[in-house]
Amino acid sequence: MTFGNYTDYYKKDLISSEERKEFNTLNVGPTHPATHGVFQNVMLMDGEFIVETEQTIGYIHRAFEKIAERRPFYQITPLTDRLNYCSAPLNNMGWHMTVEKLLGIETPKRVDYLRIVVMELARISDHLICNSVIGVDSGALTGFTYLFQDREFIYEIFEEICGSRLTTNMGRIGGFERNFSEKAWDKIKYFLKKYPSKLQEFENLLARNRIFMDRTINVGSFPADRALAYGFTGPNLRACGVDYDVRVMNPYCSYEEFDFIVPIGQNGDTYDRFMVRQEEMRQSLSIIQQAIDKLDLLEDKDTYFAKDPRFVLPPKEKVYNNMEALIWHFKIVMGETDIPVGEVYHSIEAANGELGFYLVSDGGRTPSRLHFRRPSFIYYQAYPEMVTGSMLSDAVLTMSSMNVIAGELDA
Amino acid sequence: MLQTKTHRNQLVTNKLIRQFAEGIEAKEMLADMLCITVQKEFVPEVLRFLRDDKDLDFNFLTTLCGIHHPEKEQLGMIYHLHSFYFNHRIRIKANIKINQPSISSITSIWPAANWMERETYDFFGIIFKGHPNLKRILNVDEMTDFPLRKEFPLEDQTREDKDDSMFGR
Repeated sequence: MTFGNYTDYYKKDLISSEERKEFNTLNVGPTHPATHGVFQNVMLMDGEFIVETEQTIGYIHRAFEKIAERRPFYQITPLTDRLNYCSAPLNNMGWHMTVEKLLGIETPKRVDYLRIVVMELARISDHLICNSVIGVDSGALTGFTYLFQDREFIYEIFEEICGSRLTTNMGRIGGFERNFSEKAWDKIKYFLKKYPSKLQEFENLLARNRIFMDRTINVGSFPADRALAYGFTGPNLRACGVDYDVRVMNPYCSYEEFDFIVPIGQNGDTYDRFMVRQEEMRQSLSIIQQAIDKLDLLEDKDTYFAKDPRFVLPPKEKVYNNMEALIWHFKIVMGETDIPVGEVYHSIEAANGELGFYLVSDGGRTPSRLHFRRPSFIYYQAYPEMVTGSMLSDAVLTMSSMNVIAGELDA
Repeated sequence: MLQTKTHRNQLVTNKLIRQFAEGIEAKEMLADMLCITVQKEFVPEVLRFLRDDKDLDFNFLTTLCGIHHPEKEQLGMIYHLHSFYFNHRIRIKANIKINQPSISSITSIWPAANWMERETYDFFGIIFKGHPNLKRILNVDEMTDFPLRKEFPLEDQTREDKDDSMFGR
């Protein structure tokens, strides 16, 4: 049996000042083994129960919005890697699409499908970490060690596509830097074949496990109306029962051609968040399969960037032998591409929710203002409301099931 | 009833002008989004109206952020709203004079605005009147400047080995 929620009891007006003197202050973090990242929480505790808590954030703030004001557009991609570093390609693609929206670049269908393959792989790798870490925080390390082999394999696929693993800097504005290699396709297909049974095995370990269910059901639950008021998006909002998914509401990158289910939960508790992510991984696998089928149907197998030369580096042989190509190469690298004046907001469904880019351009070589809508930053402020009245060990589980990523939180 | 985006934009504009005639400064289409500039005194009422009106139903605050226009000696606030029911997004802007950087807080309308307003205060120095806990959030408490304002250039200005005039900003 779970201990339930004592939120009402711990409302401030019910507690006398004499009682408050009995409470202890507990400092969780900034670095704590149970918080997976740099988070500080100063908690007022009544024994094991949390009376109130206040988060301190900003420990790894790196001023990306300021740095971006001095970088040419293509140099901002590596900054987006470091927002949610568990699914860097999603952020990269989101940024590329934002600039394409400003420049009015239309990407070919093949680029869209390639992007979808990469984005859904990144989503799987992100959800996989989150779900296996929920297991770890409830005391089950086994699933974590099982699934990390698959995360490693996804990173090998990324390595095959772009050369790097965690912070990928993948793709270019208008497409990709090179076509996917044969080996990359082999690995993707191998992953699609192997992963579903691994995922099922992982789910069998936890989903109907008595201890896991007792630890997660009704823990950290949050009603849908509060979640909407607090700006929840992504799996955390869907676990509360709101079927908001940017891929469906405002399709980008040809998502409207794909057939997938948006899974939702009921109570918005830790268990629902776990199950929603679990189902989303399955849907992602199906989307990747659909994208591969669509790519097979396309006649052209070589296009990997838009027919817009503004951000595509010419091939190296041409740069070395042809003056115009060298000039063009230099212009792109120095950020001398013409950018129109304007402002756009573009959002994608990142692993944690709606990742938005608000870009204001004054026609210079760098953005005049770039604002990231970082989902973790917005929903983490509901954490005190979610954990007040619950036990400390449940608060740890709640935090890991919200999948707050320190890099995204602190920008 | 299914309506096109143009219809929805028209409806929002008409309703706002009817309700807050003098408070609406400008409207424009920027890329694919309707952008309405309102006087800063009207911001909370306009946002509350947009949220509560049943025909508009902007139930979700997507994001809010600040901006600095040094040439106009202005700061700006930018709110992105989203109506899930009508799947409609709009942008509300307000201009703030830099020597009186204050605007009313909207935390009572959407609690999500709490940290976003703190972040805006932290980086632009905009004071949000009525905010429950207005203090720095990402930068250290001892900081006295507002780093996203344009008067703080990114690179060390004493450097002489780089000629910025060749490469824009």
